[in-house]
Amino acid sequence: MEQILQQYQSVASTKVMTWFHVGKINDFPENGGACIKYKAKQIAVYNFTRKSKWYACQNVCPHKMEMVLSRGMIGDLSGTPKVACPLHKKTFSLENGENLNGDDYKIATYPVKIENENVYIGFTD
Amino acid sequence: MKKVIVIGNGMVGYKFCEKLVNKANSTDFSIEVFGEEPRPAYDRVHLSEYFGDKSANELLLAPSKWYLENNIKLHTSSLISSIDPSKKEIKTYKNESFTYDYLVIVTGSSPFIPPIKGVEKKGVFVYRTLEDLDAMKSYASKLKSEGKIEAAVLGGGLLGLEAANAAKELGMNTHVIEFAPRLMPRQLDLPASNLLKQKVEAMNIQVHLEKATSEILGENGIESMAFNDNSSLKVDMLIISAGIRPRDELARNSGIKIGERGGIWVNNKMQTSEKDIYAIGEVALYNDGIYGLVAPGYDMANVAVEQITGGDLTMAPSIDMSTQLKLIGTEVASFGDPFIENDEVAVISFENKHKGIYKRINVTKDGKKLLGGILVGDASDYNTLFQLYINAMKLPENPEDLILGARGGEASSVGSVMDFPDSAQICSCESVSKGAICGMIQDETCCSVSDVVKNTKATTGCGGCKPMVVDLVNESLKALGKEVKETLCEHFSYNRQELYDLIKINKITTFNEALNLFGKGNGCETCKPALASLFASIYMETANRQITIQDSNDRFLANIQRNGTYSIVPRVPGGEITPEKLMVLGSVAKKYDLYTKITGGQRIDLFGAELHELPLIWKELIDAGFESGHAYGKSLRTVKSCVGSTWCRYGMHESVSFAIEIENRYRGLRSPHKLKGGVSGCIRECAEARGKDFGLIAVEGGWNLYVCGNGGATPKHAILLAEQLDDETCIKYLDRFLMFYIRTAAPLTRTAPWLEKLDGGIEYLKKVVIEDCLGIAEELEKEMQGLVNQYECEWKQAIEDPEMMKRFKHFVNSNDTDNNIEYVPLREQKMPKAWR
Repeated sequence: MEQILQQYQSVASTKVMTWFHVGKINDFPENGGACIKYKAKQIAVYNFTRKSKWYACQNVCPHKMEMVLSRGMIGDLSGTPKVACPLHKKTFSLENGENLNGDDYKIATYPVKIENENVYIGFTD
Repeated sequence: MKKVIVIGNGMVGYKFCEKLVNKANSTDFSIEVFGEEPRPAYDRVHLSEYFGDKSANELLLAPSKWYLENNIKLHTSSLISSIDPSKKEIKTYKNESFTYDYLVIVTGSSPFIPPIKGVEKKGVFVYRTLEDLDAMKSYASKLKSEGKIEAAVLGGGLLGLEAANAAKELGMNTHVIEFAPRLMPRQLDLPASNLLKQKVEAMNIQVHLEKATSEILGENGIESMAFNDNSSLKVDMLIISAGIRPRDELARNSGIKIGERGGIWVNNKMQTSEKDIYAIGEVALYNDGIYGLVAPGYDMANVAVEQITGGDLTMAPSIDMSTQLKLIGTEVASFGDPFIENDEVAVISFENKHKGIYKRINVTKDGKKLLGGILVGDASDYNTLFQLYINAMKLPENPEDLILGARGGEASSVGSVMDFPDSAQICSCESVSKGAICGMIQDETCCSVSDVVKNTKATTGCGGCKPMVVDLVNESLKALGKEVKETLCEHFSYNRQELYDLIKINKITTFNEALNLFGKGNGCETCKPALASLFASIYMETANRQITIQDSNDRFLANIQRNGTYSIVPRVPGGEITPEKLMVLGSVAKKYDLYTKITGGQRIDLFGAELHELPLIWKELIDAGFESGHAYGKSLRTVKSCVGSTWCRYGMHESVSFAIEIENRYRGLRSPHKLKGGVSGCIRECAEARGKDFGLIAVEGGWNLYVCGNGGATPKHAILLAEQLDDETCIKYLDRFLMFYIRTAAPLTRTAPWLEKLDGGIEYLKKVVIEDCLGIAEELEKEMQGLVNQYECEWKQAIEDPEMMKRFKHFVNSNDTDNNIEYVPLREQKMPKAWR
């Protein structure tokens, strides 16, 4: 169980070694998310159209360890972009992965790059 | 800087730290905490919820990062072995030394284990820590695999009944064994205890009173218990909850004064016999007593903090042991002196055996002061009664009104919470007074209930004071001339009804448009589904049009389950199904290896479908003539029926035919919360129609129409709206009622709480629906007919459109499926493997 979580460590955009192509921008619903696969990792990618921004984070919710975050609703809390887990509505900041309900959970976030309508996620491996 | 060492990180130990870091001069102190358990402090009061749906993390009072952020050095799994008061030094079990300026001992208590022969046997547990619960859990699951399911709890006190609830949650057949002739002997009198016993037994927990255990028998582990009256009971697992003993051994060995029967002696400043050493919580012996409740422990923490930081607060001479809680689904409260009976006291009691309610108050002979009381089955009056008691307030002219309610008039017998004195303690867990709450509103520190909760922590303990805090905040705001308004969330400062009108009048059709025009920010998981529901209720828009504002179940048109797979419930109107269709469900379930179960709404639920399988399965179901059951939506679910006059020898009308007609009329109708209906063919009520949002019962001359009932956590019987209706009038009234509810209810409010809040209640609803006092009846019917005419099966819509199908792929960039899903066998089927 801990092994699943250890796979996911936040990646700063300055540390990216691989920009992995995951699809076209219209593969991702507006103001919502979808999941992509990179090696053994499942990554949730969000097309936050209202903010004209893209975000990516681990797909596994650290609360019950299920691969579901890409299916959650996104929005903001006093300006901080967030995703709500579809299972128990735990919410996480899409900027730094902090839990926003005051629980002791954190998720890993990844940088996203858009070039010519292509979507790339940054990894260090 | 002064160094404070805290030994013990339980609820009171945590509270001490919290109070200390919130002090203005807290930077003059550094705090180091030693806890024996592997986790930071957690909520022991709600321990049995660990077997329900709470994880260990959710029970934590504060996450580990809280200690870091507040510069508290926390050592977990660290037992302290000695204290040297002369050197002001403590030693850990690893022989590390630490010196202090102030020492606070909060080591709590341990369960008392009575000296019964055989008590050391395997399968005998105590109920105190999460580790105890983990051990019970794994032992119980081993037992169950061997077909052994008998569990007993020794002790019928407050904690014993909590433990019994936990054993029941583990799926064990549970017994409670109590030495006294009644349950909760410290809090309840005989009639109260008898009623509680009935209620506990109705939950399938057997109660054995006046039983003294003589021996625990068994070869390897416990197998049975023998009692002094020569009876015995087969038991595979025993939980002991026979009281607590203060954990005073550390203090005792260090020469600190201990009471004759245990407990660290303290004065009213919480000081022990040694300089600069304090003791608080269940380990402290104050006024010759040990107090096993959280509220006095929190008060002690407050006194110790004040003393250490230079204040002069002392502990009150008498400790209030009032308590209110929900035990195995029954509300129980006891306050003041619950038992007092003498010439100076008048006891007023009321018992309703039919409803299972008992109330008792003890009042001074002159009828002026309340001295104590007991409530079982309905503790909604507790807060008011407790305030009257604790503040020694003058009682109304007829004190019996306090428990019977004012008869004749509509006004409440006690008046409003605003009548309490400023000193009235509203939240006793966190010691928050009425003055503190109202003061923060008046000086504009706070302007909402959530602000008050953040600032004072009121309501965060047992939560019993929530309604009073809400009233206080609203009334104080009103008094300042501020508008009190329920708004949807931070993005919309309108309530649901206002948004309904705004969207309709302005013909708004998308969430983004609504947010741009009437809101701010980017939406959230509260307003998105609320608006999705409004678009559905106004335009009969299916969940396929704006998928990312749908709650996740609606987005994927299925019910997400604990492992991220989905369940599928096709509509089976009225619960009537042909053998051919049953066979289709069977073969689909078999083909996709789905766990199948009959639902409470007379349908069949197929569990364990992965995201990518949903459209494949639905294609087959639709080809066989099924349609979406909307089990995933806040929408009409089922109209349950009994078989009715077509087959039943007692049936008065055709309940199945009418149920099918109604279910098909309202299928796909989205509403503020789920909607359920029922139709019974006679007054025997086999369809349980009065447990539904709307229910019809056949009587001589037509249907009786009942509305606003529900099952669930707060069961409510539906109330009679109209009698002896013909089919057509019945549907007309239903149209009006449902549409009026959809227009006016707050989000996620079912019909019963909606009616409760509706000014004028059922009589007003009758005027709107039957007499048309608002002149909107025709409009409501027209709107409903419009929605009915536009119905479309959203699953059929989805599988016919390749663009809509995109959302059912697990990965955008791969055809792989989720490899994190595993199952374990369950009887002849399967269940998800839990990861935590």
